[in-house]
Amino acid sequence: MELTDYISAAPEMTLLGLICVVLIADLFVEDERRMLTFWMSIAALVITGWSLLATAPVDRVVVFSGSYVSDPLSQILKITAVGFVALAFLYARDYLRANGLHKGEFYTLGLFGLLGMMIMISANSLLTMYLGLETLALSLYALVAIDRDNATSAESAMKYFVLGAIASGALLYGISWIYGVTGTLKFEEIATAIAADPGLNSLPLWFGLAFVIVGIAFKFGAVPFHMWLPDVYQGARTPVTLYLASAPKLAALALTLRILVDGLGGLHDVWSDMIMVVAVLSLLVGNVIAIAQTNIKRMLGYSTIAHVGFILLAVFCGTDKGYAAALFYTLTYIVAAAGAFGIVILLSRRGFEADNISDFKGLNARSPWFALMMMFLMLSFTGVPPFIGFFGKLNVIDAVLSSGYTGLAILMVLAAVVGAFYYLRVIWYMYFEPAEDQAVLQASPDTRLLLSANGVAVLALGIVPGWLWALCTQIALSMR
Amino acid sequence: MIGLQHYLTISAMLFVLSIAGIVINRRNLILLLMCIELMLLAVNFNFIAFSRHLGDDTGQVFVFFILTVAAAEAAIGLAILVVLFRNRRSINVQELNTMKG
Repeated sequence: MELTDYISAAPEMTLLGLICVVLIADLFVEDERRMLTFWMSIAALVITGWSLLATAPVDRVVVFSGSYVSDPLSQILKITAVGFVALAFLYARDYLRANGLHKGEFYTLGLFGLLGMMIMISANSLLTMYLGLETLALSLYALVAIDRDNATSAESAMKYFVLGAIASGALLYGISWIYGVTGTLKFEEIATAIAADPGLNSLPLWFGLAFVIVGIAFKFGAVPFHMWLPDVYQGARTPVTLYLASAPKLAALALTLRILVDGLGGLHDVWSDMIMVVAVLSLLVGNVIAIAQTNIKRMLGYSTIAHVGFILLAVFCGTDKGYAAALFYTLTYIVAAAGAFGIVILLSRRGFEADNISDFKGLNARSPWFALMMMFLMLSFTGVPPFIGFFGKLNVIDAVLSSGYTGLAILMVLAAVVGAFYYLRVIWYMYFEPAEDQAVLQASPDTRLLLSANGVAVLALGIVPGWLWALCTQIALSMR
Repeated sequence: MIGLQHYLTISAMLFVLSIAGIVINRRNLILLLMCIELMLLAVNFNFIAFSRHLGDDTGQVFVFFILTVAAAEAAIGLAILVVLFRNRRSINVQELNTMKG
Protein backbone atom coordinates (compact mmCIF):
# COMPACT_ATOMS: atom_id res chain seq x y z
CA MET A 1 0.00 0.00 0.00
CA GLU A 2 1.45 3.30 -1.08
CA LEU A 3 0.78 6.95 -0.47
CA THR A 4 -0.92 7.34 -3.85
CA ASP A 5 -3.55 4.85 -2.66
CA TYR A 6 -4.56 7.21 0.09
CA ILE A 7 -4.53 10.26 -2.18
CA SER A 8 -6.98 8.63 -4.59
CA ALA A 9 -9.34 7.78 -1.74
CA ALA A 10 -8.82 11.13 0.01
CA PRO A 11 -12.36 12.44 -0.66
CA GLU A 12 -13.97 9.44 1.07
CA MET A 13 -11.55 9.64 3.99
CA THR A 14 -12.11 13.39 4.33
CA LEU A 15 -15.86 12.85 4.31
CA LEU A 16 -15.65 10.07 6.90
CA GLY A 17 -13.52 12.24 9.19
CA LEU A 18 -15.87 15.19 8.80
CA ILE A 19 -18.95 13.03 9.47
CA CYS A 20 -17.38 11.95 12.77
CA VAL A 21 -16.76 15.61 13.63
CA VAL A 22 -20.38 16.52 12.81
CA LEU A 23 -21.65 13.50 14.74
CA ILE A 24 -19.74 14.41 17.90
CA ALA A 25 -20.36 18.15 17.63
CA ASP A 26 -24.08 17.50 17.24
CA LEU A 27 -24.14 15.87 20.67
CA PHE A 28 -23.34 19.21 22.28
CA VAL A 29 -25.82 21.30 20.29
CA GLU A 30 -29.21 22.15 21.79
CA ASP A 31 -32.34 21.76 19.71
CA GLU A 32 -32.80 25.51 19.15
CA ARG A 33 -29.29 25.84 17.75
CA ARG A 34 -29.53 22.85 15.42
CA MET A 35 -28.72 25.13 12.47
CA LEU A 36 -25.12 24.73 13.55
CA THR A 37 -25.27 21.06 12.55
CA PHE A 38 -26.79 22.06 9.25
CA TRP A 39 -24.01 24.52 8.46
CA MET A 40 -21.35 22.04 9.57
CA SER A 41 -22.84 19.43 7.22
CA ILE A 42 -22.84 21.91 4.36
CA ALA A 43 -19.22 22.77 5.19
CA ALA A 44 -18.37 19.05 5.20
CA LEU A 45 -19.92 18.72 1.74
CA VAL A 46 -18.05 21.75 0.43
CA ILE A 47 -14.74 20.39 1.75
CA THR A 48 -15.47 16.96 0.27
CA GLY A 49 -16.31 18.58 -3.06
CA TRP A 50 -13.09 20.56 -2.94
CA SER A 51 -11.02 17.45 -2.14
CA LEU A 52 -12.68 15.69 -5.09
CA LEU A 53 -11.60 18.49 -7.41
CA ALA A 54 -8.13 18.60 -5.86
CA THR A 55 -7.53 14.88 -6.39
CA ALA A 56 -9.16 14.67 -9.83
CA PRO A 57 -7.65 11.72 -11.70
CA VAL A 58 -6.33 12.39 -15.18
CA ASP A 59 -6.68 8.77 -16.12
CA ARG A 60 -7.93 5.54 -14.63
CA VAL A 61 -6.17 4.91 -11.29
CA VAL A 62 -6.66 1.57 -9.54
CA VAL A 63 -5.54 1.43 -5.91
CA PHE A 64 -5.84 -0.67 -2.72
CA SER A 65 -4.77 -3.90 -4.46
CA GLY A 66 -7.34 -3.43 -7.19
CA SER A 67 -10.35 -2.89 -4.92
CA TYR A 68 -10.86 0.77 -5.61
CA VAL A 69 -10.86 2.79 -8.81
CA SER A 70 -10.72 6.49 -9.49
CA ASP A 71 -11.55 7.48 -13.07
CA PRO A 72 -13.46 10.20 -14.97
CA LEU A 73 -16.75 8.31 -14.46
CA SER A 74 -16.29 8.16 -10.68
CA GLN A 75 -15.26 11.81 -10.66
CA ILE A 76 -18.39 13.17 -12.35
CA LEU A 77 -20.76 10.89 -10.44
CA LYS A 78 -19.22 11.79 -7.07
CA ILE A 79 -19.22 15.53 -7.69
CA THR A 80 -22.86 15.38 -8.78
CA ALA A 81 -23.76 13.22 -5.77
CA VAL A 82 -22.14 15.69 -3.36
CA GLY A 83 -24.00 18.54 -5.07
CA PHE A 84 -27.37 16.82 -4.84
CA VAL A 85 -26.95 15.83 -1.22
CA ALA A 86 -26.17 19.48 -0.47
CA LEU A 87 -29.26 20.52 -2.44
CA ALA A 88 -31.41 18.02 -0.51
CA PHE A 89 -30.12 19.44 2.80
CA LEU A 90 -30.83 23.00 1.70
CA TYR A 91 -34.38 22.18 0.59
CA ALA A 92 -35.01 20.08 3.70
CA ARG A 93 -33.97 22.63 6.32
CA ASP A 94 -37.11 24.81 6.44
CA TYR A 95 -39.46 21.84 6.19
CA LEU A 96 -37.74 19.98 9.01
CA ARG A 97 -37.82 23.03 11.27
CA ALA A 98 -41.49 23.66 10.59
CA ASN A 99 -42.41 20.06 11.35
CA GLY A 100 -40.32 19.59 14.49
CA LEU A 101 -38.00 17.11 12.78
CA HIS A 102 -34.91 19.27 12.75
CA LYS A 103 -32.55 16.76 14.30
CA GLY A 104 -28.87 16.19 13.64
CA GLU A 105 -29.60 12.60 12.57
CA PHE A 106 -31.06 13.75 9.26
CA TYR A 107 -27.75 15.32 8.29
CA THR A 108 -25.42 12.65 9.66
CA LEU A 109 -27.44 9.85 8.05
CA GLY A 110 -27.52 11.83 4.82
CA LEU A 111 -23.74 12.21 4.93
CA PHE A 112 -23.22 8.51 5.73
CA GLY A 113 -25.46 7.71 2.76
CA LEU A 114 -23.25 9.92 0.60
CA LEU A 115 -20.18 8.05 1.83
CA GLY A 116 -21.84 4.78 0.79
CA MET A 117 -22.63 6.22 -2.63
CA MET A 118 -19.05 7.40 -3.12
CA ILE A 119 -17.70 3.97 -2.17
CA MET A 120 -20.11 2.31 -4.62
CA ILE A 121 -19.14 4.72 -7.38
CA SER A 122 -15.44 3.97 -6.88
CA ALA A 123 -15.82 0.24 -6.24
CA ASN A 124 -13.59 -1.97 -8.32
CA SER A 125 -14.38 -5.26 -6.62
CA LEU A 126 -17.61 -6.95 -5.64
CA LEU A 127 -16.68 -6.70 -1.95
CA THR A 128 -16.18 -2.92 -2.08
CA MET A 129 -19.41 -2.60 -4.04
CA TYR A 130 -21.32 -4.60 -1.45
CA LEU A 131 -19.96 -2.59 1.47
CA GLY A 132 -20.78 0.72 -0.24
CA LEU A 133 -24.25 -0.52 -1.09
CA GLU A 134 -24.97 -1.51 2.51
CA THR A 135 -23.60 1.77 3.90
CA LEU A 136 -26.02 3.59 1.63
CA ALA A 137 -28.96 1.25 2.21
CA LEU A 138 -28.69 1.16 6.01
CA SER A 139 -28.59 4.97 6.12
CA LEU A 140 -31.62 5.16 3.86
CA TYR A 141 -33.70 2.72 5.95
CA ALA A 142 -33.09 4.84 9.02
CA LEU A 143 -33.76 8.09 7.12
CA VAL A 144 -37.14 6.85 5.92
CA ALA A 145 -38.10 6.06 9.53
CA ILE A 146 -36.78 9.38 10.86
CA ASP A 147 -40.27 10.63 11.83
CA ARG A 148 -40.70 8.28 14.77
CA ASP A 149 -44.30 9.17 15.56
CA ASN A 150 -45.59 8.69 12.05
CA ALA A 151 -47.15 5.28 11.40
CA THR A 152 -47.01 5.66 7.61
CA SER A 153 -43.29 6.45 7.68
CA ALA A 154 -42.64 3.45 9.90
CA GLU A 155 -44.65 1.20 7.61
CA SER A 156 -42.82 2.36 4.49
CA ALA A 157 -39.47 2.03 6.29
CA MET A 158 -40.32 -1.56 7.20
CA LYS A 159 -41.29 -2.38 3.61
CA TYR A 160 -38.14 -0.72 2.33
CA PHE A 161 -36.01 -2.59 4.85
CA VAL A 162 -37.46 -6.04 4.12
CA LEU A 163 -37.39 -5.68 0.33
CA GLY A 164 -33.98 -4.01 0.39
CA ALA A 165 -32.58 -6.80 2.51
CA ILE A 166 -33.99 -9.41 0.13
CA ALA A 167 -32.38 -7.51 -2.76
CA SER A 168 -29.01 -7.48 -0.96
CA GLY A 169 -29.41 -11.20 -0.29
CA ALA A 170 -30.13 -11.93 -3.95
CA LEU A 171 -27.22 -9.76 -5.06
CA LEU A 172 -24.89 -11.51 -2.62
CA TYR A 173 -26.06 -14.94 -3.74
CA GLY A 174 -25.29 -13.92 -7.31
CA ILE A 175 -21.90 -12.55 -6.25
CA SER A 176 -21.05 -15.84 -4.52
CA TRP A 177 -21.68 -17.74 -7.77
CA ILE A 178 -19.64 -15.28 -9.82
CA TYR A 179 -16.85 -15.68 -7.28
CA GLY A 180 -17.15 -19.46 -7.39
CA VAL A 181 -16.95 -19.60 -11.18
CA THR A 182 -14.25 -16.99 -11.83
CA GLY A 183 -12.32 -17.36 -8.55
CA THR A 184 -12.01 -13.62 -7.99
CA LEU A 185 -13.97 -10.58 -6.80
CA LYS A 186 -12.16 -7.87 -8.75
CA PHE A 187 -13.89 -6.59 -11.85
CA GLU A 188 -10.81 -6.59 -14.09
CA GLU A 189 -9.85 -10.11 -13.08
CA ILE A 190 -13.42 -11.31 -13.64
CA ALA A 191 -13.36 -9.79 -17.14
CA THR A 192 -9.93 -11.35 -17.84
CA ALA A 193 -11.02 -14.76 -16.55
CA ILE A 194 -14.10 -14.76 -18.78
CA ALA A 195 -12.10 -13.61 -21.81
CA ALA A 196 -9.38 -16.21 -21.20
CA ASP A 197 -11.70 -19.19 -20.80
CA PRO A 198 -14.87 -19.08 -22.92
CA GLY A 199 -15.95 -22.28 -21.13
CA LEU A 200 -16.76 -20.17 -18.06
CA ASN A 201 -19.52 -18.45 -20.02
CA SER A 202 -22.03 -21.15 -19.17
CA LEU A 203 -24.89 -21.99 -16.86
CA PRO A 204 -23.30 -21.49 -13.39
CA LEU A 205 -22.13 -17.99 -14.30
CA TRP A 206 -25.50 -17.12 -15.88
CA PHE A 207 -27.19 -18.33 -12.72
CA GLY A 208 -25.12 -15.91 -10.64
CA LEU A 209 -25.67 -13.16 -13.20
CA ALA A 210 -29.46 -13.54 -12.99
CA PHE A 211 -29.37 -13.00 -9.21
CA VAL A 212 -27.08 -9.99 -9.59
CA ILE A 213 -29.53 -8.47 -12.08
CA VAL A 214 -32.39 -9.07 -9.63
CA GLY A 215 -30.37 -7.14 -7.04
CA ILE A 216 -29.62 -4.29 -9.46
CA ALA A 217 -33.27 -4.07 -10.57
CA PHE A 218 -34.39 -3.95 -6.92
CA LYS A 219 -31.99 -1.13 -6.09
CA PHE A 220 -32.97 0.84 -9.19
CA GLY A 221 -36.67 0.17 -8.60
CA ALA A 222 -37.28 -1.50 -11.96
CA VAL A 223 -40.36 -3.67 -12.62
CA PRO A 224 -41.00 -6.44 -11.46
CA PHE A 225 -38.91 -5.49 -8.41
CA HIS A 226 -40.42 -2.03 -7.94
CA MET A 227 -42.97 -2.72 -5.18
CA TRP A 228 -41.08 -0.79 -2.52
CA LEU A 229 -40.55 2.37 -4.51
CA PRO A 230 -44.02 4.02 -4.60
CA ASP A 231 -44.72 3.12 -0.96
CA VAL A 232 -41.39 4.52 0.21
CA TYR A 233 -41.72 7.69 -1.86
CA GLN A 234 -45.20 8.24 -0.43
CA GLY A 235 -44.53 7.19 3.15
CA ALA A 236 -41.21 8.94 3.73
CA ARG A 237 -41.23 12.62 4.70
CA THR A 238 -40.79 14.77 1.60
CA PRO A 239 -37.15 15.84 2.21
CA VAL A 240 -36.21 12.18 2.63
CA THR A 241 -38.02 11.36 -0.60
CA LEU A 242 -36.10 14.17 -2.28
CA TYR A 243 -32.82 12.74 -1.01
CA LEU A 244 -33.85 9.23 -2.07
CA ALA A 245 -34.98 10.31 -5.54
CA SER A 246 -31.81 12.17 -6.49
CA ALA A 247 -28.27 11.14 -5.55
CA PRO A 248 -28.79 7.36 -4.95
CA LYS A 249 -29.80 7.01 -8.62
CA LEU A 250 -26.19 7.92 -9.49
CA ALA A 251 -24.95 5.15 -7.21
CA ALA A 252 -27.40 2.70 -8.79
CA LEU A 253 -26.05 3.65 -12.22
CA ALA A 254 -22.50 3.10 -10.98
CA LEU A 255 -23.54 -0.29 -9.58
CA THR A 256 -24.94 -1.27 -12.98
CA LEU A 257 -22.05 0.01 -15.06
CA ARG A 258 -19.29 -1.32 -12.82
CA ILE A 259 -20.70 -4.83 -12.46
CA LEU A 260 -22.28 -5.37 -15.85
CA VAL A 261 -19.81 -3.47 -18.02
CA ASP A 262 -16.47 -3.46 -16.17
CA GLY A 263 -16.87 -6.95 -14.72
CA LEU A 264 -19.25 -8.92 -16.87
CA GLY A 265 -18.92 -6.98 -20.14
CA GLY A 266 -18.03 -10.26 -21.87
CA LEU A 267 -21.49 -11.57 -21.07
CA HIS A 268 -23.33 -8.73 -22.77
CA ASP A 269 -25.28 -11.16 -24.97
CA VAL A 270 -26.63 -12.87 -21.87
CA TRP A 271 -27.45 -9.90 -19.65
CA SER A 272 -28.77 -7.61 -22.37
CA ASP A 273 -31.92 -9.73 -22.77
CA MET A 274 -32.62 -9.74 -19.04
CA ILE A 275 -32.06 -5.98 -18.81
CA MET A 276 -34.32 -5.41 -21.81
CA VAL A 277 -37.24 -7.31 -20.26
CA VAL A 278 -36.89 -5.40 -16.98
CA ALA A 279 -36.56 -2.05 -18.78
CA VAL A 280 -39.54 -2.54 -21.09
CA LEU A 281 -41.74 -3.66 -18.18
CA SER A 282 -40.63 -0.60 -16.20
CA LEU A 283 -41.52 1.72 -19.06
CA LEU A 284 -44.99 0.24 -19.45
CA VAL A 285 -45.96 -0.37 -15.82
CA GLY A 286 -44.46 2.90 -14.55
CA ASN A 287 -46.22 5.09 -17.10
CA VAL A 288 -49.58 3.33 -16.98
CA ILE A 289 -49.95 3.07 -13.19
CA ALA A 290 -48.76 6.65 -12.69
CA ILE A 291 -51.91 7.84 -14.50
CA ALA A 292 -54.14 6.42 -11.75
CA GLN A 293 -52.35 8.18 -8.88
CA THR A 294 -53.79 11.00 -6.79
CA ASN A 295 -50.77 11.43 -4.53
CA ILE A 296 -48.03 13.42 -6.25
CA LYS A 297 -45.17 11.70 -4.42
CA ARG A 298 -46.56 8.33 -5.44
CA MET A 299 -47.07 9.57 -8.99
CA LEU A 300 -43.46 10.76 -9.14
CA GLY A 301 -42.47 7.35 -7.76
CA TYR A 302 -44.12 5.59 -10.69
CA SER A 303 -42.65 8.19 -13.01
CA THR A 304 -39.21 7.31 -11.59
CA ILE A 305 -39.86 3.69 -12.50
CA ALA A 306 -40.62 4.76 -16.08
CA HIS A 307 -37.44 6.88 -16.23
CA VAL A 308 -35.41 3.95 -14.90
CA GLY A 309 -36.76 2.04 -17.92
CA PHE A 310 -35.10 4.60 -20.18
CA ILE A 311 -31.80 4.43 -18.29
CA LEU A 312 -31.73 0.63 -18.41
CA LEU A 313 -32.59 0.57 -22.13
CA ALA A 314 -29.58 2.83 -22.74
CA VAL A 315 -27.39 0.40 -20.78
CA PHE A 316 -28.97 -2.49 -22.69
CA CYS A 317 -27.44 -1.26 -25.99
CA GLY A 318 -23.97 -2.17 -24.75
CA THR A 319 -22.33 0.51 -26.88
CA ASP A 320 -20.32 3.54 -25.80
CA LYS A 321 -23.13 5.67 -27.10
CA GLY A 322 -25.60 3.76 -24.93
CA TYR A 323 -23.49 4.16 -21.77
CA ALA A 324 -23.06 7.88 -22.51
CA ALA A 325 -26.83 8.18 -22.97
CA ALA A 326 -27.49 6.36 -19.67
CA LEU A 327 -25.09 8.69 -17.85
CA PHE A 328 -26.60 11.78 -19.51
CA TYR A 329 -30.14 10.64 -18.71
CA THR A 330 -29.38 9.94 -15.05
CA LEU A 331 -27.52 13.22 -14.52
CA THR A 332 -30.30 15.29 -16.06
CA TYR A 333 -33.23 13.30 -14.66
CA ILE A 334 -32.20 13.88 -11.06
CA VAL A 335 -32.03 17.65 -11.65
CA ALA A 336 -35.74 17.63 -12.50
CA ALA A 337 -36.59 15.10 -9.77
CA ALA A 338 -34.90 17.18 -7.06
CA GLY A 339 -36.73 20.27 -8.32
CA ALA A 340 -40.15 18.58 -8.37
CA PHE A 341 -39.84 17.34 -4.79
CA GLY A 342 -38.45 20.77 -3.87
CA ILE A 343 -41.74 22.31 -5.08
CA VAL A 344 -43.73 19.77 -3.03
CA ILE A 345 -41.70 20.87 0.01
CA LEU A 346 -42.31 24.52 -0.86
CA LEU A 347 -46.08 24.01 -0.90
CA SER A 348 -46.23 22.21 2.44
CA ARG A 349 -46.18 23.96 5.80
CA ARG A 350 -46.54 23.09 9.47
CA GLY A 351 -48.98 20.21 9.78
CA PHE A 352 -49.87 20.26 6.09
CA GLU A 353 -48.34 17.98 3.45
CA ALA A 354 -48.94 19.17 -0.11
CA ASP A 355 -48.72 15.62 -1.37
CA ASN A 356 -51.96 15.38 -3.33
CA ILE A 357 -51.98 16.38 -6.97
CA SER A 358 -55.11 18.42 -6.20
CA ASP A 359 -53.00 20.58 -3.85
CA PHE A 360 -51.44 22.03 -6.99
CA LYS A 361 -54.80 23.39 -8.19
CA GLY A 362 -54.63 27.09 -8.91
CA LEU A 363 -50.95 27.39 -8.07
CA ASN A 364 -50.65 29.95 -10.86
CA ALA A 365 -52.96 32.30 -8.97
CA ARG A 366 -51.03 31.83 -5.73
CA SER A 367 -47.53 32.03 -7.11
CA PRO A 368 -47.12 32.48 -10.88
CA TRP A 369 -43.35 32.11 -10.69
CA PHE A 370 -43.29 28.73 -8.94
CA ALA A 371 -46.15 27.50 -11.12
CA LEU A 372 -43.90 28.33 -14.06
CA MET A 373 -40.99 26.47 -12.43
CA MET A 374 -43.19 23.41 -11.81
CA MET A 375 -44.31 23.59 -15.43
CA PHE A 376 -40.67 23.62 -16.58
CA LEU A 377 -39.95 20.53 -14.47
CA MET A 378 -43.05 18.67 -15.66
CA LEU A 379 -42.30 19.50 -19.30
CA SER A 380 -38.75 18.27 -18.77
CA PHE A 381 -40.07 14.96 -17.37
CA THR A 382 -42.40 14.70 -20.35
CA GLY A 383 -39.57 15.28 -22.77
CA VAL A 384 -40.69 18.46 -24.50
CA PRO A 385 -37.99 20.50 -26.25
CA PRO A 386 -36.16 22.70 -25.39
CA PHE A 387 -36.11 21.24 -21.87
CA ILE A 388 -33.26 18.93 -20.88
CA GLY A 389 -35.51 15.88 -20.53
CA PHE A 390 -36.07 15.96 -24.28
CA PHE A 391 -32.36 15.57 -25.00
CA GLY A 392 -32.05 12.77 -22.46
CA LYS A 393 -34.78 10.82 -24.21
CA LEU A 394 -33.46 11.76 -27.65
CA ASN A 395 -29.99 10.42 -26.83
CA VAL A 396 -31.34 7.15 -25.46
CA ILE A 397 -33.62 6.64 -28.48
CA ASP A 398 -30.73 7.52 -30.79
CA ALA A 399 -28.47 4.99 -29.06
CA VAL A 400 -31.16 2.28 -29.26
CA LEU A 401 -31.75 3.06 -32.95
CA SER A 402 -28.05 2.91 -33.82
CA SER A 403 -27.93 -0.53 -32.22
CA GLY A 404 -30.71 -1.52 -34.61
CA TYR A 405 -33.71 -1.91 -32.32
CA THR A 406 -36.38 0.10 -34.14
CA GLY A 407 -39.27 -1.59 -32.31
CA LEU A 408 -37.87 -0.60 -28.92
CA ALA A 409 -37.44 3.00 -30.06
CA ILE A 410 -41.09 3.15 -31.13
CA LEU A 411 -42.14 1.66 -27.80
CA MET A 412 -40.14 4.32 -25.94
CA VAL A 413 -41.79 7.12 -27.89
CA LEU A 414 -45.25 5.65 -27.19
CA ALA A 415 -44.43 5.28 -23.49
CA ALA A 416 -43.31 8.92 -23.40
CA VAL A 417 -46.62 9.96 -24.97
CA VAL A 418 -48.58 8.02 -22.34
CA GLY A 419 -46.40 9.61 -19.68
CA ALA A 420 -47.22 13.09 -21.00
CA PHE A 421 -50.80 12.60 -19.77
CA TYR A 422 -50.08 12.65 -16.06
CA TYR A 423 -47.40 15.33 -16.23
CA LEU A 424 -49.69 17.61 -18.24
CA ARG A 425 -52.49 16.98 -15.73
CA VAL A 426 -50.37 18.67 -13.06
CA ILE A 427 -49.91 21.66 -15.38
CA TRP A 428 -53.66 21.69 -16.11
CA TYR A 429 -54.41 21.75 -12.39
CA MET A 430 -51.98 24.59 -11.78
CA TYR A 431 -53.26 26.84 -14.55
CA PHE A 432 -56.89 26.00 -15.24
CA GLU A 433 -58.40 24.91 -11.92
CA PRO A 434 -59.41 27.22 -9.07
CA ALA A 435 -57.26 27.03 -5.96
CA GLU A 436 -58.68 25.08 -3.01
CA ASP A 437 -56.00 26.32 -0.68
CA GLN A 438 -55.26 30.03 -0.51
CA ALA A 439 -52.40 30.00 2.01
CA VAL A 440 -49.38 32.12 1.17
CA LEU A 441 -46.27 30.11 0.36
CA GLN A 442 -43.79 30.20 3.21
CA ALA A 443 -40.18 29.78 2.24
CA SER A 444 -36.96 31.53 3.03
CA PRO A 445 -35.42 33.66 0.27
CA ASP A 446 -32.51 31.27 -0.29
CA THR A 447 -34.87 28.31 -0.79
CA ARG A 448 -36.83 30.36 -3.31
CA LEU A 449 -33.62 31.30 -5.08
CA LEU A 450 -32.41 27.68 -5.20
CA LEU A 451 -35.76 26.39 -6.46
CA SER A 452 -35.80 29.06 -9.14
CA ALA A 453 -32.26 28.13 -10.15
CA ASN A 454 -33.29 24.48 -10.24
CA GLY A 455 -36.29 25.20 -12.45
CA VAL A 456 -34.34 27.45 -14.77
CA ALA A 457 -31.54 24.85 -14.93
CA VAL A 458 -33.72 22.32 -16.77
CA LEU A 459 -34.40 24.99 -19.38
CA ALA A 460 -30.84 26.34 -19.52
CA LEU A 461 -29.32 22.85 -19.80
CA GLY A 462 -31.86 22.08 -22.50
CA ILE A 463 -30.84 25.14 -24.51
CA VAL A 464 -27.14 24.25 -24.36
CA PRO A 465 -26.98 20.45 -23.88
CA GLY A 466 -23.95 19.99 -26.16
CA TRP A 467 -21.19 20.31 -23.58
CA LEU A 468 -22.80 17.81 -21.20
CA TRP A 469 -23.31 15.29 -24.00
CA ALA A 470 -19.68 15.77 -25.12
CA LEU A 471 -18.56 15.17 -21.52
CA CYS A 472 -20.70 12.02 -21.18
CA THR A 473 -19.40 10.65 -24.50
CA GLN A 474 -15.82 11.28 -23.42
CA ILE A 475 -16.43 9.49 -20.11
CA ALA A 476 -18.11 6.53 -21.81
CA LEU A 477 -15.07 6.22 -24.10
CA SER A 478 -12.75 6.26 -21.07
CA MET A 479 -14.58 3.25 -19.60
CA ARG A 480 -12.39 0.88 -21.66
CA MET B 1 -17.53 -38.39 -0.23
CA ILE B 2 -19.04 -34.97 0.37
CA GLY B 3 -18.10 -32.63 -2.47
CA LEU B 4 -18.70 -29.06 -3.55
CA GLN B 5 -22.08 -29.83 -5.05
CA HIS B 6 -23.45 -31.04 -1.72
CA TYR B 7 -22.54 -27.79 -0.03
CA LEU B 8 -24.02 -25.79 -2.90
CA THR B 9 -27.22 -27.83 -2.70
CA ILE B 10 -27.57 -27.19 1.03
CA SER B 11 -26.92 -23.51 0.46
CA ALA B 12 -29.50 -23.36 -2.34
CA MET B 13 -32.02 -25.16 -0.11
CA LEU B 14 -31.45 -22.68 2.71
CA PHE B 15 -31.81 -19.80 0.27
CA VAL B 16 -35.07 -21.13 -1.15
CA LEU B 17 -36.34 -21.83 2.37
CA SER B 18 -35.69 -18.25 3.41
CA ILE B 19 -37.44 -16.88 0.31
CA ALA B 20 -40.37 -19.23 0.91
CA GLY B 21 -40.50 -18.10 4.52
CA ILE B 22 -40.70 -14.47 3.44
CA VAL B 23 -43.37 -15.12 0.82
CA ILE B 24 -45.56 -17.52 2.81
CA ASN B 25 -45.34 -15.84 6.21
CA ARG B 26 -48.28 -13.46 6.62
CA ARG B 27 -48.29 -13.10 10.37
CA ASN B 28 -45.18 -11.99 12.10
CA LEU B 29 -42.54 -9.45 11.10
CA ILE B 30 -39.96 -11.00 13.39
CA LEU B 31 -40.16 -14.19 11.38
CA LEU B 32 -39.43 -12.09 8.30
CA LEU B 33 -36.27 -10.72 9.91
CA MET B 34 -35.22 -14.26 10.79
CA CYS B 35 -35.72 -15.33 7.17
CA ILE B 36 -33.51 -12.46 6.02
CA GLU B 37 -30.76 -13.63 8.38
CA LEU B 38 -31.16 -17.16 7.07
CA MET B 39 -30.74 -15.86 3.53
CA LEU B 40 -27.43 -14.21 4.40
CA LEU B 41 -26.27 -17.40 6.11
CA ALA B 42 -27.08 -19.37 2.95
CA VAL B 43 -24.86 -16.97 1.02
CA ASN B 44 -22.09 -17.42 3.62
CA PHE B 45 -22.32 -21.18 3.16
CA ASN B 46 -21.85 -20.73 -0.57
CA PHE B 47 -18.85 -18.44 -0.10
CA ILE B 48 -17.09 -20.81 2.26
CA ALA B 49 -17.73 -23.81 0.03
CA PHE B 50 -16.35 -21.99 -3.01
CA SER B 51 -13.44 -20.60 -1.03
CA ARG B 52 -12.45 -24.09 0.13
CA HIS B 53 -12.91 -25.51 -3.35
CA LEU B 54 -10.84 -22.80 -5.04
CA GLY B 55 -8.19 -22.73 -2.30
CA ASP B 56 -8.62 -18.95 -2.17
CA ASP B 57 -9.11 -17.00 1.07
CA THR B 58 -11.04 -14.05 -0.37
CA GLY B 59 -14.36 -15.82 0.00
CA GLN B 60 -13.82 -16.35 3.71
CA VAL B 61 -12.92 -12.68 4.16
CA PHE B 62 -16.16 -11.79 2.40
CA VAL B 63 -18.03 -13.93 4.93
CA PHE B 64 -16.66 -11.86 7.81
CA PHE B 65 -17.90 -8.71 6.14
CA ILE B 66 -21.33 -10.25 5.51
CA LEU B 67 -21.60 -11.28 9.17
CA THR B 68 -20.74 -7.75 10.30
CA VAL B 69 -23.19 -6.14 7.90
CA ALA B 70 -25.87 -8.66 8.91
CA ALA B 71 -25.49 -7.58 12.52
CA ALA B 72 -25.90 -3.91 11.57
CA GLU B 73 -28.84 -4.79 9.36
CA ALA B 74 -30.57 -6.71 12.16
CA ALA B 75 -30.05 -3.74 14.50
CA ILE B 76 -31.70 -1.34 12.06
CA GLY B 77 -34.47 -3.81 11.23
CA LEU B 78 -35.35 -4.34 14.88
CA ALA B 79 -35.22 -0.58 15.51
CA ILE B 80 -37.73 0.00 12.70
CA LEU B 81 -39.82 -2.84 14.11
CA VAL B 82 -39.93 -1.12 17.51
CA VAL B 83 -40.97 2.18 15.89
CA LEU B 84 -43.67 0.38 13.94
CA PHE B 85 -44.97 -1.41 17.02
CA ARG B 86 -45.11 1.80 19.04
CA ASN B 87 -47.22 3.45 16.36
CA ARG B 88 -49.40 0.51 15.41
CA ARG B 89 -49.46 -1.83 18.43
CA SER B 90 -49.11 -4.70 15.97
CA ILE B 91 -46.38 -6.47 13.99
CA ASN B 92 -48.73 -8.33 11.71
CA VAL B 93 -47.49 -8.36 8.12
CA GLN B 94 -51.02 -8.24 6.73
CA GLU B 95 -51.70 -4.94 8.44
CA LEU B 96 -48.93 -3.18 6.51
CA ASN B 97 -51.39 -2.05 3.87
CA THR B 98 -52.29 1.60 4.42
CA MET B 99 -50.71 2.70 1.13
CA LYS B 100 -52.43 1.63 -2.06
CA GLY B 101 -52.29 2.36 -5.76
